[in-house]
Amino acid sequence: MLQLGPNHLEEISSHGERDYPYECCGLLLGNFIDEPSRRVVETYPISNAREEQAKRNRFLIRPEELLSGERYAENRGLEVVGFYHSHPDHPAVPSQYDLEHAWPVFSYVVVSVSKGSAVDLRSWQMEPDRSRFIEEEIVKGN
Amino acid sequence: MSVTINIPTALRQFTGGSARVEIEAATVNEALAGLTTRHAELRRHLFNEKNQLRSFVNVYVNDEDIRYQVGSETELKDGDSLMIVPSIAGGSTATEILPSLSNDEIARYSRHLIMPEVGLAGQRRLKAASVLMIGTGGLGAPSGMYLAAAGVGRIGIVDFDVVESSNLQRQIIHGTADVGRPKIESARDRLRDINPHIEIETHDARLTSENAIRLFQNYDLIVDGTDNFPTRYLVNDACVLLGKPNVYGSIFRFEGQASVFWAEKGACYRCLYPEPPPPGLVPSCAEGGVLGVLPGIVGAIQANETIKLILGAEDTLINRLLLFDAWQMKFRELKLRKDPLCPMCGENPTIQELIDYEEFCGLRQVQEKPDANSLEEITATQLKQRLDEGRDLQLIDVREPSEYEIARIPGTKLIPLGQVVTRLNEIDPSRETVVHCKGGVRSAKAIEALKKAGYPGRLLNLRGGITAWSNDVDPNVPKY
Repeated sequence: MLQLGPNHLEEISSHGERDYPYECCGLLLGNFIDEPSRRVVETYPISNAREEQAKRNRFLIRPEELLSGERYAENRGLEVVGFYHSHPDHPAVPSQYDLEHAWPVFSYVVVSVSKGSAVDLRSWQMEPDRSRFIEEEIVKGN
Repeated sequence: MSVTINIPTALRQFTGGSARVEIEAATVNEALAGLTTRHAELRRHLFNEKNQLRSFVNVYVNDEDIRYQVGSETELKDGDSLMIVPSIAGGSTATEILPSLSNDEIARYSRHLIMPEVGLAGQRRLKAASVLMIGTGGLGAPSGMYLAAAGVGRIGIVDFDVVESSNLQRQIIHGTADVGRPKIESARDRLRDINPHIEIETHDARLTSENAIRLFQNYDLIVDGTDNFPTRYLVNDACVLLGKPNVYGSIFRFEGQASVFWAEKGACYRCLYPEPPPPGLVPSCAEGGVLGVLPGIVGAIQANETIKLILGAEDTLINRLLLFDAWQMKFRELKLRKDPLCPMCGENPTIQELIDYEEFCGLRQVQEKPDANSLEEITATQLKQRLDEGRDLQLIDVREPSEYEIARIPGTKLIPLGQVVTRLNEIDPSRETVVHCKGGVRSAKAIEALKKAGYPGRLLNLRGGITAWSNDVDPNVPKY
């Protein structure tokens, strides 16, 4: 279960709309409450490191960026609990590519941006055997 | 050596919650092997099915990425600290959903599928790929056939020519029954017969500055099988403008060249040859001949490199020019480097759109030259008539001895083009003289050279050369 505040939903959606037609990406900072539940306290937008051509359907968070995100979180008593990215003109469902590049435990929030407006937002977790993603419930907290 | 491996949060569930694991190891490789032996569940997250470190797994030794050291062979000292850091990647499926293979296709491509370098994923990538072949001649024939056989999902072919019998010595995509048919139709039928699972798109057109961008846009890669400089520069420039790889091959007599010009990754054709050779210096295959097998070898190399580019292989011909001599049976290789001053792909490119390539290669002027010099011409029929009338005519053939052996007009004297000036005294200036070659171009050059050298007599050029003689006067003279 992923707990997201209304402001987080808004931030992720508008980041996706802002970067359309490219993919946006960012970190979800918060706490693991009672595995498998986690609560997002802050979103942490990251600039998509992919080369221009691939940005329409790819995102990349470089390890340095992840490390600085982790450091930022640590200073606030938070942890990286997941990642978000957008699928421009594509459903909010993880792709095969997402699966091949995913890490266990983390929440993967995907926002679908259709013709410039965010239309759907869902969260996913990869099965520990890497076979597939399972949708996780989003609870709107505060 | 005892080292510490820091485990990222996401993976701690596989290490019983520990954030740090102590391991005895001398290299990064050993450390990761030790870690994944102790915690077997970790393995599938760090390594892929081929036992390679997953592309998004980064390993740092004392805060330094091992990619900037010697990778997994990086040596470790006592007390070193290793950190595993993911780079997080993902993306929508827009282009990445690869087409699946039917059972028929799996059976057909089984020799590819069982090699890890291709595998199921690679074969699906081939199916998802599109390649545009420029020309279905000597080079396009083998490369097109191998690409079709390999299962490249969509192949476009551009040609405007008609199959002639002199093509069949090397253009094995066409058969004897195809003589007289448009090449794209004959090529399409052959490729379809080789592989009915792929799409073939025909473009009945001469490639020009007007249509190149539109044609190239719809394909991932371009395979250059052209036989002339204007088109070669055009293909290069259009590829640079669109950021597409240009798989290059060229052939002449016994010598071939191959390379991959991809401006985003290395040199382009203009980095290698900034300017075309002066017109007429490099003869075409029609003038100079070509060993029929040679384009087979060079075209197959082009197909090989195309497939590797699609599969994402590393050791392609980018920044390498392969030279092949079929007569000596020798391969050589030159290293190429991107020219920072290249007008097309350099740091400050001056060419931003396609130009007039005929003009760039100086071809327009050549065609105008004979007229400007008021070249006197005679047709084959007129020549025959004058000979029949018993007029005193001197006939000079400026072709090569090997051509003379194939076909000749009775009563001619052979003086190859390269020797006309030095053997000028063998031509009698008091007699009217007709000069001929195969098609009329070399003889025009010979007349020009003779006039320049001060030859005082009257010289007539046989229009259309011995080919016209065969067409209009004597069909018993073979055409070659």
